[in-house]
Amino acid sequence: MDVLPILSTLRRHKITALLVVLEIALTCAIVCNAVFLISQRLERMQMTSGIAEHELVQIQAFGIGKPDDARAHTQEDLAALRQIPGVKSVALVNEVPFTNSSWNSSIKLDPKQKLPTLNATQYFGEDLLSTFGAKLVAGRNFNPDEYLEFRQVQRDETLQKKVTGVIITRALGEKLWPGQSALGKPIYLGDDSVRVIGVVEGLIRPSLFNGDDTAQWSMVFPLRMDTGNASRYVLRTAPKDRERVLAAAAATLRKANPHRIIQDKKTLDDIRGEFFQDDRAMAGLLAGVCIALLVVTALGIVGLGSFWVAQRRRTIGVRRALGATRRNILHYFQTENFLLATIGIALGMVLAYGINLFLMLHYELPRLPAYYFPVGAVVLWLIGQAAVLGPAMRAAAVPPVVATRSV
Amino acid sequence: MFGYYLQLAWRSLGRNRVLTTLMVLALALGIGACITTLTVLRLLSGDPLPGRSAQLYYPQVDPYPKDGYVPGQSKPQENLTWVDANNLFEAHRAPRQALVALGSAKIQPHDAGGRPFFGDAVMATAEFLPMVGAPFRYGSAWSADDDTAGARVVVIADFLNQKLFGGANSVGRTVRLNGNDFRVVGVLGHFSPQPRFYAINIGRSYGDGDGVFLPLRAARATEMAPTNISCWAAGDIEHLETAPCMWLGLWVELPDAAAVANYQRFLDGYVREQVAQGRFHRTDTALPDLMQWLRNEQVVPDDARLQAGLAFGFLLICVTNTIGLLLAKCLRRSREIGVRRALGATRGAIFGQFMVEAAIVGLAGGLLGLVFAEAGLWGIRHQPAEYASLARLDLSMFAFTFVVALASALVAGLLPAWRACVVAPAPQLKSS
Repeated sequence: MDVLPILSTLRRHKITALLVVLEIALTCAIVCNAVFLISQRLERMQMTSGIAEHELVQIQAFGIGKPDDARAHTQEDLAALRQIPGVKSVALVNEVPFTNSSWNSSIKLDPKQKLPTLNATQYFGEDLLSTFGAKLVAGRNFNPDEYLEFRQVQRDETLQKKVTGVIITRALGEKLWPGQSALGKPIYLGDDSVRVIGVVEGLIRPSLFNGDDTAQWSMVFPLRMDTGNASRYVLRTAPKDRERVLAAAAATLRKANPHRIIQDKKTLDDIRGEFFQDDRAMAGLLAGVCIALLVVTALGIVGLGSFWVAQRRRTIGVRRALGATRRNILHYFQTENFLLATIGIALGMVLAYGINLFLMLHYELPRLPAYYFPVGAVVLWLIGQAAVLGPAMRAAAVPPVVATRSV
Repeated sequence: MFGYYLQLAWRSLGRNRVLTTLMVLALALGIGACITTLTVLRLLSGDPLPGRSAQLYYPQVDPYPKDGYVPGQSKPQENLTWVDANNLFEAHRAPRQALVALGSAKIQPHDAGGRPFFGDAVMATAEFLPMVGAPFRYGSAWSADDDTAGARVVVIADFLNQKLFGGANSVGRTVRLNGNDFRVVGVLGHFSPQPRFYAINIGRSYGDGDGVFLPLRAARATEMAPTNISCWAAGDIEHLETAPCMWLGLWVELPDAAAVANYQRFLDGYVREQVAQGRFHRTDTALPDLMQWLRNEQVVPDDARLQAGLAFGFLLICVTNTIGLLLAKCLRRSREIGVRRALGATRGAIFGQFMVEAAIVGLAGGLLGLVFAEAGLWGIRHQPAEYASLARLDLSMFAFTFVVALASALVAGLLPAWRACVVAPAPQLKSS
């Protein structure tokens, strides 16, 4: 196909051609960035937690007034909850992944250090790891006799030194001591140190206020909670039993003490869903805008293409009369669209890169991966070709006899 | 003349129904998206206390240790410790001032069958409610004497009064909070500043508002814990009054610039004094007014801003699209224009004719855009965000929609109309 005649024709329709180019460029720039944003959100929603999410349910119970014997009440609650058919394990814990409510502490590797090394979350609760289903990859779990009462430890500083060990995540160990085994190494919380006795594969923090990079910075301590200082019961059961177990757990807890508030009866899957709901909503919205943009652009090309064809009916007729085949005419319009799309895409890529730089600066977004450019180009070429096909076929159908008619 | 243009435009638009629909639809989509996201942005960056916010200031200091301190590179803390909050409060350097902390109250209904439930609580000093202009349906706020005496009195919100007392005047009756009886001294009318500026740093920024308002000392005496506690060293959070923890906010009312300058001087002096005593190590202070405080806390989420940017990009593409289509149409009508010009129509008349056509497209786009915006806002209301239920199109946005629609259509119409009016009549007539 000869490109020169097309170019000379386009030169006579500068503004219209420019508008098509502009529209394709803007669409290309926005869609590239929007798709990138969507992929970021989807990736975030895939974040691993390190726990047996599909088998866990949570229920919160709050006593009213000062508990006279919180320890005894806790043991009664736990015993009653274990009686529920299908319950494999129960724990009363201070925090649960994806609930956005967390206990955190700064830690140091050296007590003389002026600034803390980092901030990590603290999980407390008897049987926490086995209930959550976090996988131990090094060292050991806590022995039953290692657990201390959180209530007493909090009040008595001498007891704080008696905490026998801490279990951390592999990611936290790797961050604190890169390339080394974390086992046996001390962590300082305030002035007291505690040694790492175990490492779990993963255990996500309940809230990601410090950024997604710190998601796996978690520590587990052998401390036992009671109803006075913790409210979250976590039950592990088979996935199909979760709803039934939740209902039974609520009834059990209410029966044990009618004067308390029972709330947030949820499966961990639901809790996770709520945690990422903003990301899901944003991804959906961006996807909607992308589709709308592509449709508007495609329809714009169809509209302009139709006009061009109508305007050049005579010219097409003359060409046909002079021996151009239908295929020639079809190709002419396809090539014309391809040329405009190519210029638009080239411009759009530069614009996309610019928008990405702006987003990187203001919204802490990573750089647009290079493969977005060729993929974006191919998609826009295809859309352009699909959009112009109708008008081009109509052009090809113009009979040579049109040339002889004066319109 | 205008009527004639209308008629011409109408006929021209009717001649290409598909194309006209396309233009209107594209413009409407762009406008709908813009209005939806703008409404959300406006809602999020709105003034919670119109008329009062300019006089409310939020003093901030920094009690953190010296470690890691680089002067000029750190910001004062969001909250105050009990000690600093009380020192600043007791100095009475503002006409009105109030300490405030957020908590939650376990509320026990009096009837036997009623299950206890949680209510959002505000622990504050006496002037808080009058200062922020909370309307009272019954009774009034508690007094400064109630503050110091630790009186167990409470002001409840209208929706809680409805729930507990069926909406009757409940002043003098008691409400059981966290296992203690509090005497109702006031019932609020509708009061829910959006965002809830005194609660934004704990993420309860939007929604119905708080259920109970009670004197700070009385609340603390019944062990109500603040929702937001931030400590810089180990401490017993059950004894917050002595712990190295920040959990209180102080709002001061400063009527004019002189008062603000005075208060800033007082605050700086206070910090220097504390540094001299060895309690403080950092001298940064801040005294933002309410709106500045909201901006500092970045109340408007990045997502909302991003969505608005995206919507404007979208509108830009839609306008480009409309320009292209209008232009193509206008070029096809060169002959018609030639005939009209030859018959005596001025360039201005041709320009006017095409602008009227563009304006009709714009108005139709605006009308449909309004429908899209309503649909978009309906979608927002069904989103999980906590501000979702507040997303409604108000009158000014309604008007704005039409301004945006008309403006975009006229901008889109400018180029085609100009091209149309410069068409030289003779060649057009010759070619036929």
